[in-house]
Amino acid sequence: MLEVRDLTVLYDQAPAVVQASLNLPTGQVLAVLGPSGCGKSTLLRAVAGLEPPASGTLSWDGRDLSGVPTHKRGFALMFQDGQLFNHLTVARNIAYPLRIRRRPRSAQRVAELLALVGLDGFADRLPATLSGGERQRVALARSLAADPRLLLLDEPLSALDAGLRERLAADLRVIVRAAGTTALFVTHDHEEAFAVADRIAVMRAGRIVQHGDLDAVWRAPVDAETALFLGYSRVLEGQAAARVWAAGGSSRRSAHDTPGSPSRTSGTIPPGEVAVRRSALRLEPTGPLTGRVISARVTPLQVRVVVSIDGVGEIDAVAPLDQHPGVGETVRLAADHTRMAVIAAALGPGSL
Amino acid sequence: MRQPPPGRRLLGLAGLALGPVLVLVVFFVVPVVGMLGLGLRPEGRFDIGAVLDVLSRPRTGRVVWFTAWSAAVATTASVVLGLPAAYALSRLDFPGRRLIRALLLVPFVLPTVVVGVAFGELLGESGPLARISGGQGLVGTPVAIIAGLTFFNVAVVIRTVGASWESLDRRTGEAAAALGASPARVFWTVTLPALRPSIVSAASVVFLFCATSFGVVLTLGGVRYSSVETEIYLLTTNLLDLPAAAALSILQLLAVLALLGLAARLRVGAQASPGREVVRPQPISRSDLVPVAATGLLLVLIAAPVGALVAGSLRVADGGWGLANYRGLDEAESGQALLVPVTEALGTSLRTAVDATWMSLLLGGLVAVVVTQRSRGRTEQRVRGVLDGLFMLPLGVSAVTLGFGFLITLDEPPLNLRDSPLLVPIAQALVALPLVVRTLAPVLGSIDDRQRQAAASLGAGPLRVLATVDLPIVWKPFVAAAGFAFAVSLGEFGATSFLARDEHPTLPVVIFALIGRPGAANYGMALAASVVLAATTAAVMLAVERLRVPSVGGF
Repeated sequence: MLEVRDLTVLYDQAPAVVQASLNLPTGQVLAVLGPSGCGKSTLLRAVAGLEPPASGTLSWDGRDLSGVPTHKRGFALMFQDGQLFNHLTVARNIAYPLRIRRRPRSAQRVAELLALVGLDGFADRLPATLSGGERQRVALARSLAADPRLLLLDEPLSALDAGLRERLAADLRVIVRAAGTTALFVTHDHEEAFAVADRIAVMRAGRIVQHGDLDAVWRAPVDAETALFLGYSRVLEGQAAARVWAAGGSSRRSAHDTPGSPSRTSGTIPPGEVAVRRSALRLEPTGPLTGRVISARVTPLQVRVVVSIDGVGEIDAVAPLDQHPGVGETVRLAADHTRMAVIAAALGPGSL
Repeated sequence: MRQPPPGRRLLGLAGLALGPVLVLVVFFVVPVVGMLGLGLRPEGRFDIGAVLDVLSRPRTGRVVWFTAWSAAVATTASVVLGLPAAYALSRLDFPGRRLIRALLLVPFVLPTVVVGVAFGELLGESGPLARISGGQGLVGTPVAIIAGLTFFNVAVVIRTVGASWESLDRRTGEAAAALGASPARVFWTVTLPALRPSIVSAASVVFLFCATSFGVVLTLGGVRYSSVETEIYLLTTNLLDLPAAAALSILQLLAVLALLGLAARLRVGAQASPGREVVRPQPISRSDLVPVAATGLLLVLIAAPVGALVAGSLRVADGGWGLANYRGLDEAESGQALLVPVTEALGTSLRTAVDATWMSLLLGGLVAVVVTQRSRGRTEQRVRGVLDGLFMLPLGVSAVTLGFGFLITLDEPPLNLRDSPLLVPIAQALVALPLVVRTLAPVLGSIDDRQRQAAASLGAGPLRVLATVDLPIVWKPFVAAAGFAFAVSLGEFGATSFLARDEHPTLPVVIFALIGRPGAANYGMALAASVVLAATTAAVMLAVERLRVPSVGGF
């Protein structure tokens, strides 16, 4: 288990990571999610032993890592651009950590790893002849060949184009699972984090602002900025928040009444801030809210609509593909609590 | 705008290249060929037998062997001493880093004669080393020659390898460390393979410089040791054995061509271009102890001969210290055979260097433009490649051959330059030409053509594109190349020693004449004049270094 306690790292005299604390149980995948420049890569480099901490501790299974050089930590680091050794073939890149450890039958292990990342027959290619996705797969195989206690991934997919990124994210999860490796992985893309990780830590301006299971963080973002970064489309406050939340409560009851969890379904508690996903509001003839259509655009999955609701303002909504409301039209909308989150910090004590 | 047809493009290329090629043919190919012809056809017909005869002489064998092994040892020493310093000066951050970098480049442009004198002072019979060890001194031994050659060429290794080390992505090494590689293993399996092209490129150029070095071997070699270059000089001037000189020149030319071809092939990817990312230097850590100590040692080794030279120049006849040697510099005819006072020779040197500088800049600028323009098509690319190699030739052709060739081919119509004051500057400009091209070409080549296209698409005409895209990037390297050419020309000795007229000698020629004459006063003056010349070139190079052009001194 990796434990990070109150870690502060200075970069160029300025604090890049400020008092960060994290736990990563063995066998799990943790995503550190944050905008670029938030210090997440520096955190990763500190874990790898490439940046000296200014204060705080790093430990693995209770043993302090300070003073342990990178090559003795047993943490393999995979870079954003792979950092393959261009003078070595694919097979020799993957065999690099095996040779260091003088592992027998390395050729067989290389073949296994190539199969694992889906690159059979690439053994004799040079890195320069590979596509971006192939390079990242080789880099992943090379990292796994080190049989690391902890796999560190620095934005492993962000150099790739969108379609490839999505496919490789799914593959990454399967491969890391199959290898049973503990992994710490840094990204600015929440989709990527959700695709790969079990746990998530949200980082901003050098601080870890929220940390926990994927689901828990997703359902209760700690503040408005975090909610927006996690993919919520808007954060409402005050009267607007209360109206939309209340509408969610009533619609929920009318659609399929679920007993229990009263705080979620009761529309009576006025929440301070509510984060809503684009799909939290949908056009429905019997919905409790009324709004005027500002714009509507068809996408492959649904119609994306922006409506103006009295007392709420402009807000995103969706409509099924068979409806295409015209601009200026008045529509009724229903809200869905499962696609909203009450911002944790805005709630009073005991309100959840 | 339509693409001009490839034929038209080639024609345009030929037009641009015509000037420099013509100059090269008249002032390089013709003299060198004329010189070789004189040797090969003494009676108007080829005498290959004589060539083979020369090459089979035992002395020739000894000379070639000595040239090869002394150059190899000096190259190895330069690489071994240069690598730690290249690391320390490109990757570590410590106070005085830039100054040390600049100071270590100075030896490269110090006049060979001055270096010879300085090492003579350091290693000679009365030098500090001989006094401490009670020995005979090392002048006239291979040790002195190799020390001198290394002194010159360490800077080339530091520059060339440092430039690629500077831009080496630190993360590749980190990736290896994270896979379990120890620092030593990272160096051997990741860093060294990445640096290999630049190390090999630097080593091949250093070998070239060592094998064709003239002034150092002539002043430090004594009577026993001779390299191919000094042998050509001796055969030409003392023994008047022109066939032998020509045979050796051809041998040297072939070896140099082979080496240049090799260097050009290896240079691919090793070039420092200003567009590259420079990795931020790190503070010195405990693991850097060895390279830092080695750099310190190198500084001491470089400073020792310079210190000995300065100390020697301040010693006066009665064993005390004083400026007497310097006072003698502006006295005409101080009782000896010198025709002009040293100060006047310095003036001549400076004037000559100014002329040589503008010539080599004009020529080198054109060549750099021609060889770096984007090629469309194979033929064009090949033509540019050949031109690039062609203008590197003066780097390796014996300056002695060039100088003597000037004498015999440019002294009669259609071109009689025998008494022209431009003769020496032209020869020096040719010697400096490869260095100018090597400084400018990487910079010009690094300008992304799309920048020009973007400017053009925003409405800039060709001249405005030149002024707004090229000029802001190129002016610094241009000034740096000017300084570099100026310094090289100030110290040029090989060709100048043939061409300078007795009544207008340059400073290196005067220094060489002074050390050849008996008498402590003459030697003292030679030391003082060497200090003046060294200080002048060092000042020019330090100014150049302030411009921070990465390609200066790199290959």
